[in-house]
Amino acid sequence: MKESSENLNAIDLVNRSLKARYRAEKRFKAYGIAAILFGLACLVILFTDIISKGHSAFLQTEVYLEVTFDSDRLDIDDVSNSAQLMAADYQGIIKAALRERFPDVSGRRDKRTLYSLVSNGAGFSLREMLIDDPSLLGKTVGVWLVADDDIDTYVKSRGDNPEDAFTGRMSDKQIAWVESLMENDQLALNFNTTFFTSGDSREPEQAGILGAVMGSLFTLIVTIVLSFPIGVAAAVYLEEYAPRNRLTDFIEVNINNLAAVPSIIFGLLGLAIFIGFFEMHRSIPLVGGLVLSLMTLPTIIISSRAAIKAVPPSIRDAALGLGASKMQMVLHHVLPLAMPGMLTGAIIGFAQALGETAPLLMIGMVAFIVDIPGGVADPATALPVQIFLWSDSPERAFVERTSAAIMVLLAFLISMNTLAIWLRKRLERRW
Amino acid sequence: MDTSMLITSAFVLMAIAFVIGRARSLAIASDLGGPKALNSLPVYYGTLMAMWSGIPCLVLVALWSVVDDYAIAHIITQELPEQVKALPETELNLVLSLITNIAANNAMGLDAEPYVINSANRLIALQQTSNMALTVVCLSTAMILMVLVWLKISPKMKARIKVEKAFTNILLLCASIAIFTTAGIVLSVLFESIRFFQSVPIHEFLFGLEWSPQMAIREDQVGGSGAFGAVPLFVGTMLISAIAMTIAVPAGLMAAIYLSEYARPKVRTTVKPLLEVLAGIPTVVYGFFAALTVAPFIKESGGLFGLDVSSESALAAGLVMGIMIIPFVSSLSDDVINAVPQSLRDGSLGLGATKSETIKQVVIPAALPGIVGGVLLAVSRAIGETMIVVMAAGLAANLTLNPTESVTTVTVQIVTLLVGDQEFNSPKTLSAFALGLVLFTITLALNYIALMVVKKYREQYE
Repeated sequence: MKESSENLNAIDLVNRSLKARYRAEKRFKAYGIAAILFGLACLVILFTDIISKGHSAFLQTEVYLEVTFDSDRLDIDDVSNSAQLMAADYQGIIKAALRERFPDVSGRRDKRTLYSLVSNGAGFSLREMLIDDPSLLGKTVGVWLVADDDIDTYVKSRGDNPEDAFTGRMSDKQIAWVESLMENDQLALNFNTTFFTSGDSREPEQAGILGAVMGSLFTLIVTIVLSFPIGVAAAVYLEEYAPRNRLTDFIEVNINNLAAVPSIIFGLLGLAIFIGFFEMHRSIPLVGGLVLSLMTLPTIIISSRAAIKAVPPSIRDAALGLGASKMQMVLHHVLPLAMPGMLTGAIIGFAQALGETAPLLMIGMVAFIVDIPGGVADPATALPVQIFLWSDSPERAFVERTSAAIMVLLAFLISMNTLAIWLRKRLERRW
Repeated sequence: MDTSMLITSAFVLMAIAFVIGRARSLAIASDLGGPKALNSLPVYYGTLMAMWSGIPCLVLVALWSVVDDYAIAHIITQELPEQVKALPETELNLVLSLITNIAANNAMGLDAEPYVINSANRLIALQQTSNMALTVVCLSTAMILMVLVWLKISPKMKARIKVEKAFTNILLLCASIAIFTTAGIVLSVLFESIRFFQSVPIHEFLFGLEWSPQMAIREDQVGGSGAFGAVPLFVGTMLISAIAMTIAVPAGLMAAIYLSEYARPKVRTTVKPLLEVLAGIPTVVYGFFAALTVAPFIKESGGLFGLDVSSESALAAGLVMGIMIIPFVSSLSDDVINAVPQSLRDGSLGLGATKSETIKQVVIPAALPGIVGGVLLAVSRAIGETMIVVMAAGLAANLTLNPTESVTTVTVQIVTLLVGDQEFNSPKTLSAFALGLVLFTITLALNYIALMVVKKYREQYE
C-alpha cells in the first residue's frame, strides 16, 4: 500500500509540474522563433533602409533652359578648331539662358544665387553637344541641364507638398525660382546617367561610380588571376601529393590561421611588404589585388580541398589502373570533376573580396580620384571604399548616392552568389 | 623592353619552346618507328622545354626587379657631390626622392640644382642600361636553355618523370604561400613594432592609460611627444565586442537550436540561407547602416529616457556588429548541435523529458565545447572587425565602460594612423603596427584555443 501511494504521489507530482513544464517548453520555442524573427527583421530593416534612402539617386533633377550657342559669347569662330571648342565658356551661355528665363533678377548676389541653380558641370554636356553637332553654333536650343545638388535634394524631398521639402542651404528666392520652374514643367526628374558614367566628384550631382566600379573590377581581376590557380594548386598538393609530415602539418596550420586573421592585418602586410619593401605604388589595383588574393587564398584552398575530397577514390584508382600517371590522374580526372565545387567556393571567396574595404584603406586606395582607371597600374579606388568615402561627405545628396552605390555593390554580390548556387546545382555531381 | 613586355615575351617563348620540343621529339621518333619509341608522350618533351626556357627567365626578371632599384640608388648616391653625401640620412633620402621624381616625370625645366639634374639624367641612363641588360640576359638565357634541351632530347630521356617532378614542386610552392604569408605578416608587424618599442617602452604601451598619438612636428613644441598607452583602446574594443556578443550569442544560439531541433525541413531550408545573407553583406554597408540609421535612432530613443547618448556611441557600433555576427554564431552552433548523436536525445526523451528539457540538459551540455569554440571564433571576428567601428565608433580614446559614450578601438586607430600620407619613421605611424601586432596575437590565440576546444569535442563522439 505504501509503495502504491508513493507512486501515486510521484505521478501527482509529475502531473502537477506538467503545466509549468509545457509552459517552459512553449517559452523556449518562442525564444527560438523570436531569435529567428529578430535576425530576419534586421535583414529586412537593413534592406528597406538602404533602398528607401538610395532609390532616389537613380533619378536626377534637370532644368529645362533655352540655351543659345552664341559664337561671340563662347568665343568660337571656327567649329573645326578643337582647341577653341574645348576652351569655350559654356557656363557663360548657361548663365545667359538663366538670365533670360528670369529677366527680373538683378544685382550681383542675386545673379550668383540664380546661377547656382544649375550644376557647374553642366557646361560639359553642352560642350559634348557642340562637338557632336557643330551646326548648333549660333542656334538656340532647348536642353535639359543637370541641376545643382541642393535643388535636387529640394525637389526629391518635396514630392507633391512644398511643406515637406528639405531646403537646407537654399534661399527663399531660389525656392521661388524652383517653384516657378516646376509650375512651367521646366524641372523634371530624369534617369541619372551621370551616376553610372562618371568618376568621383566633390559635387554630388557630378559624382558617379564608374571609376570605383572599374577599380573594383581591376582589383578583382588581379585577385582572380592570382588566387584561383594558386589556391587550386595548393589544394591539389595538400589532397593528392602531400606526405604526412611536419611541413604539411605546418602548411595546414598556417592556412587555418590565415582564414581567421582580421582583414586589416592583410592591409598592414600589403603596406609593409608591397609598398614599403617592394616599393610598388600606392593606390593601385595591382597592390589591392595582391593583398586581396592573399586574403582569399585560405577560403579558396579550403573549399577546393573539400571539392577534391568529394571526388570518389574509385575514379583515381581507375585512372591509375589504366596506366595514367599521377599528374594525368589529377589533371584529366580529379580536377575536371572537382571544378564545379571549386568554382562555387572560389566565387563566394571573390564576392567576399569584392566587398572588402579595410585592407584597401591601408594601401591607399582611399584617394580622391576623378579619372576612371584604365588598367591595374592606374591609381584607383574600389566600390566599397567609394561607399566609405561618400558616407563621410556632409552633403545630403551624397547620402542617397552612398545608398545607391551600396545597392549596386549588393547587386553585384547577390548575382555572384546566385551564380555560385546555380553552378553548384547545375554542375555538381553526387556519387 | 619594360617588365610587362618581358614577361609577355617569356610566355611567348614558352609557347614556341613547347611546339619546338614536341616537334623535335616526334622528329627523332619518326626515325625509330613512330612515337611509340619515345619514353614519354611528345607533349612532355614540349612541356619540359617550355619550362626550362620560361621559368629561369621569369625568376630572373623577378630577382632583377627587386635588386636593381637598390643597386641604381647605390650608384647614384656614390656619385653625388661630397657635401651632399655628408648630409644626414633623412635629407639624403629627400634628395634621392627628388632625383627619382625628376627622372620619372622627365621634368627637366625644374629649377633644381645642377647636380640633381645630372643625377636624374644619370638615373634615366642607368635605368635604361639595366632594362636593356635584363632583356638581353633574360632572352639569351631562355634561348640557350632551349637549345640545350633541344640537344638533350632523345628517346631515352625520361621527360614525363621530370615534368611530373617539376609539377609537384610547383604545387608545393603554391601550398607554401600560406607559410610565406604568415611569415610576411609576422615580420612586417614585428619589425615595425620593434622600431616603435625603441622609442616607446613596451610596458608604457601595454599598460598606459592615455592614448593621444598626435605628435608635434618639431621637438621643441609643446606636447612634443604623444602618449601611447593603449589601455583605452583595449577597453573600447572589449566594450564593443561585448555588446556585439550579448546580441549575437543568444540570438545566434537560439536561432540555431530552433532551426536544428524544432523547424520543419522546409522552414530550415528557406530561413538558413536568408540568415546567412546577413553574413555576406559587406562590413562597409553595416558601417553605413550603423552610422546613419542606428546611431541617430539610439541617440533619439536615449533622449526619450533622458539619457545623453553620444552620436558615436559604443552601443550603435556594438549592436550592428552583433547583427553581423548572428549568422556566424548560428551556423557554427548549428554544426555542433547536429553533430550530437541522436541516441542522446532519444534517451532523454524516453525518460520523459520534454523537448526543451532535452535540449537544455542534454544537447547543449554535449555540444558546449563546440559552441564555446564557435563563440570564441566570433569574438575574434568582433575584435578584428574594422569598417563598422571606423564608421560608427569615435576617435577619442575614452577610458570608459559606459556603452552610451563614444569609445575607440584598436582597428579604428590603425586605420586613422595609417590612412593618408605618413612618413614611415614617426612613432605615430609605427604605433599602428604595434597595435596590429597585438590584434594579430590576440586573434591568433583565440583561434588556437577555439580550434583546440572544438577538436577535443569532436574526438568524443567519433
